[in-house]
Amino acid sequence: MTWAGFAQQLINGISLGSLYALVAIGYTMVYGILRLINFAHGDFLMVAAYLGIFGLAMFSLPWPVAFLAALAITGLLGALLERGAYRPLRRAPRLSLLISAIGASFLLENLALVFLGGRPLPFPTPAVFAGSFQVAGLYIPRLSLLIPGITLILLAALFVLVSHTRTGMALRALAHDWEATALLGINVNRLISLTFILGSILAGVGGLLWAMKYPQVNPFLGVLPGLKAFIAAVLGGIGNLAGAVVGGLVLGILEVLLVAWFPAWSGYRDAFAFVLLIIVLLASPTGLLGESIMEDKL
Amino acid sequence: MFEFSWRNRLLTLLALGLLSLLLLVAQHWADDYQLRLLNTTAVFITMAVSYNLINGICGQLHLGPNAFVSLGAYTAALLTLTPAEKQASFLIAPLIWPLSDLSLPFPLALLAGGLVATFFAYLTGFPVLRVRGDYLAIVTLGFGEVIRVLANNLQAVTNGPMGLKGLAPYTTVWWSMGVAVLTVATIMGLKNSGFGRAMQAIRTDETAARAMGIEPFRHLLLAFLVSAFFLGVAGGLLAHLITTISPTLFTFFLTFNLLIIIVLGGLGSITGAVLATIIITWGNEWLRLVEEPLVLGSLRLPGVPGLRTVIFALLLLIMIIFYRRGLLGRWEFSWNWLLEKVKRIGN
Repeated sequence: MTWAGFAQQLINGISLGSLYALVAIGYTMVYGILRLINFAHGDFLMVAAYLGIFGLAMFSLPWPVAFLAALAITGLLGALLERGAYRPLRRAPRLSLLISAIGASFLLENLALVFLGGRPLPFPTPAVFAGSFQVAGLYIPRLSLLIPGITLILLAALFVLVSHTRTGMALRALAHDWEATALLGINVNRLISLTFILGSILAGVGGLLWAMKYPQVNPFLGVLPGLKAFIAAVLGGIGNLAGAVVGGLVLGILEVLLVAWFPAWSGYRDAFAFVLLIIVLLASPTGLLGESIMEDKL
Repeated sequence: MFEFSWRNRLLTLLALGLLSLLLLVAQHWADDYQLRLLNTTAVFITMAVSYNLINGICGQLHLGPNAFVSLGAYTAALLTLTPAEKQASFLIAPLIWPLSDLSLPFPLALLAGGLVATFFAYLTGFPVLRVRGDYLAIVTLGFGEVIRVLANNLQAVTNGPMGLKGLAPYTTVWWSMGVAVLTVATIMGLKNSGFGRAMQAIRTDETAARAMGIEPFRHLLLAFLVSAFFLGVAGGLLAHLITTISPTLFTFFLTFNLLIIIVLGGLGSITGAVLATIIITWGNEWLRLVEEPLVLGSLRLPGVPGLRTVIFALLLLIMIIFYRRGLLGRWEFSWNWLLEKVKRIGN
């Protein structure tokens, strides 16, 4: 492969990896606090993408309004999901919580299927995000720059929130010790709702960007990116925000390079992430940057 | 309990005789649709009970039963097809050698399906059973996904997305129900054996079980292998029941259905899984109504595809949030209980 070709694939990989990172952050935040794989998290990509289509195509809103509205609703739905499906199970065995999450995921997907139909809808990408340019022989879609840019800005904001505000301090305390945090007079329920709102909004941003990158929206859009983002979170070390970003980028880049180097294997692309997951769990179960997960018990 | 064991054995034999009589009647009088429903129920009993061994009895959330069903289905199907049939259906890439010339009778093909599934369970058991909880769930789910991707891409073995067509409908009610009875008996025996008690100890508290000298890995691996074997056999039965298999049949959706069944029946209850399978399979047929167009006088309501899954997903959520025990909890049906009931009503 030539250097130009490699650079081209790297650009594609970084933009895919940034999307994984955005979604992985939501998994890792929820996991850090509830010790739960939020199986329904990936479906928020789909929710935001459909909401984006409604805003843009049905109500013909200008794109900033449509996108903000879509994200706000996605965030609220995230909090609602926690309220309905996870909060009642807080004292239940973790197995139940996980089953509840699977149920919620199937409910979201099939509600979309019932109300919106299984036929993929085209996403009306606003002109700002469309187009591409060429630099030094490289073909760069505008989105390939915007996606990592937006990801970077959001992550910087999140890092500031988590490490430099009182709310962030409370979040970190909650991830460390639940009961002690509650004893200190911190409203745990509100913090958990906030976690879900933030995570869902990030997944929503991921969903809107995903829908512009691959402009076919269907009810099962979020399943595979969701699973891969979760793997990215494990890869980086779950519960660790920086790890989620690193894991997302590594997974995105490796996946793109694999297909570029071995085009005959492109059919196996979706299995690659899982094989990687198994290798990571065998070789270094704590992920690249994470804490130990082996002692976790149900 | 032990002094009644001869009586209970007799009652079990009697119940089996009754079941055989029922099957005999069904074979002669039931129409194709009813037979098919009976077969489907029996195959799902096999799958649900063996799946419940991991999730209910060992308490580990395993999300990849679809992989083992798929392995069993493909193995059995490839073995019962004749070489000529295989040559005719593998258009893009010819089937690789031993499989292309091999042809076995149905019972041996079923057995082979179970063994191949067990072999893969053995291979994956080492990475899978090193982790617990959510990780075990996601790794097994990933294994299911890997097998599906392989089935889609290994043209020379699975015929890719086109799948295998024209399998002989070998799965009669005798085969499906016979395997279901065998599965229930084996897993019931395992549950009540020393191994089964160790598995239940691991479910309750792994650290305590370890302190008692129970080695979790060995017991979980045994459960994983037994479960995979029956899932594989069920796959073979399923393949020769619907006579056409393709990778789309063995997605996570299959796992989801099995999960609903064992949650409804009560995680850990074998008889509960049997009961729940009957309810869910028949309920699923009955709910077909909501996906078909409905005509009420002059009003015509279009059918809603996907509504059944919405209903089942809601059912799963409601069960797990409000009624986590399921129908039977960890309780098992037993003859002693039934006789006690009868006696009490008699008085």
